[in-house]
Amino acid sequence: MSEKVLMKGNEALAESALRAGCRFFFGYPITPQTELAAYMSKRMPKEGGTFLQAESEIAAINMVYGAASAGARVMTSSSSPGISLKSEGISYMAGADLPGVIINVQRGGPGLGGIQPSQADYLQATRALGHGDSHVVVYAPSTVQEMADYAYSAFDVADKYRTPVMILADGMLGQMMEPVVLPEPKDTAPEKPWATVGHAHARAHNVVNSLFLVADKLEQKIQERFVRYEAIQRDEQRFEAFMADDAEIVVLAFGASARIARSAVASAREAGIKAGLIRPITLWPFPTSAIEGTIPTAKAYLSVEMNMGQMVNDIRLAVLGRAPVEFFGHTGGVIPTPQEVLVKIKEMHRKAGA
Amino acid sequence: MAPTTKRDIILAGFGGQGILFAGKLIAYAGLLEGREVSWLPSYGPEMRGGTANCSVCLADEPIGSPLVLAPHVLVALNQPSFDKFAHDIVPGGLAVVDSSLVRQTGERTDIALHAFPATKLAEEAGLKGLANVVSVGKLFAETGFCREESLFVAVEKCVSAAKAALIEDNKKALKLGMGS
Repeated sequence: MSEKVLMKGNEALAESALRAGCRFFFGYPITPQTELAAYMSKRMPKEGGTFLQAESEIAAINMVYGAASAGARVMTSSSSPGISLKSEGISYMAGADLPGVIINVQRGGPGLGGIQPSQADYLQATRALGHGDSHVVVYAPSTVQEMADYAYSAFDVADKYRTPVMILADGMLGQMMEPVVLPEPKDTAPEKPWATVGHAHARAHNVVNSLFLVADKLEQKIQERFVRYEAIQRDEQRFEAFMADDAEIVVLAFGASARIARSAVASAREAGIKAGLIRPITLWPFPTSAIEGTIPTAKAYLSVEMNMGQMVNDIRLAVLGRAPVEFFGHTGGVIPTPQEVLVKIKEMHRKAGA
Repeated sequence: MAPTTKRDIILAGFGGQGILFAGKLIAYAGLLEGREVSWLPSYGPEMRGGTANCSVCLADEPIGSPLVLAPHVLVALNQPSFDKFAHDIVPGGLAVVDSSLVRQTGERTDIALHAFPATKLAEEAGLKGLANVVSVGKLFAETGFCREESLFVAVEKCVSAAKAALIEDNKKALKLGMGS
């Protein structure tokens, strides 16, 4: 096993991607993810790969499209405004069934917003990362170790289901250092018989394309893709439960805000309140099964986010009216404190008569 | 403060004083002892104004927010940093202050204030630019936040290969702070 090292989240994402066999990186600088690209610029050439700073985010994502078409393990990274620019290319990748990994180290929005940590791209990532009937698998790590772990496995998931995969981080997770054990390097990517690579006339041409002008053909393509989406929803839901077994106040939080919520839940337990935390690790597919498990004891649900409450509707869709769902958060780069969350838990506890 | 105490630390000073590096040394010492640690730099507009600060947490339970709002310990290497963070220190907390650059140390009587001329001591010892590491040594002397040998190993881990020639000077700076 590798030595435990102290690393920034942004650098852990980059190093882990390299160890997963990523050999192409295309990006454009933006705070707070720039260390990722800087790290890649140093390390990628040593691995025999290609690092390229593109002329724009749009160019970068289309380079990802190209490298993915040729069967390579490829990644791009940006932060919120840059991800909006990439969204066209991500839709094209989804429409062409191309695997690739996209990192979003979120900052405050909308527009140029700010550069402090935010989770305000939840709906964009889980609902409409691009136009058309499509989904992207979205991981929300909450530690630097998870940044490393999910950047590594994201490539496998992308290849398995032939889909873009997003790591949805934020400025706090990108900038902070924590101890991390990096995964073992591998350079054996799976066979990709669909890739558009040279074959000396050994077979018919492969075509990678998202344009289908005949409606029936396009519908058939989408329906086939949705069979894969169903498999993803069935098999790829990931979450962590903390003190949730007998929880009456069930807190849901992902990524950086889950760290804060966890502290608040522990304090609530010390105060005699049966609080628990469900931390979605996949945001799409949303871990509805985890919420179902809490229904028998739950009196109320609380979503804690660094936005204006974007995950609340997903929780309501899982709870289906069986308990109230409330929200607490800050946005614009303001980070909630455990004390604030604890106050909200106590208030809900009183209201629920728990 | 025993090596097993949870400690939230803020280090602050001018950009270029090595504030982030000093925080990394403390965090790495904790890592070497198998503790939970986090290090979070300021990267917002304030760093464009020439000040730098970082939050370091040492704990034995998983760390919630790595952003320290109420530090047990403040290491302040200039006046604006002391002025900004001194009132956030928890009662009973501690400040290590470079008295070469911090003249006004306020009126708090509920914290332990350790003012010492870090910059001056470093310069006199031929360790110009290492007031940051001298201050980490001082913090160790006043608190024993880790085992002594962990700090010296942390220096070896944190000084980049390109600057390996500076490892000995960093160790001297640690010892200077520990003895001051």
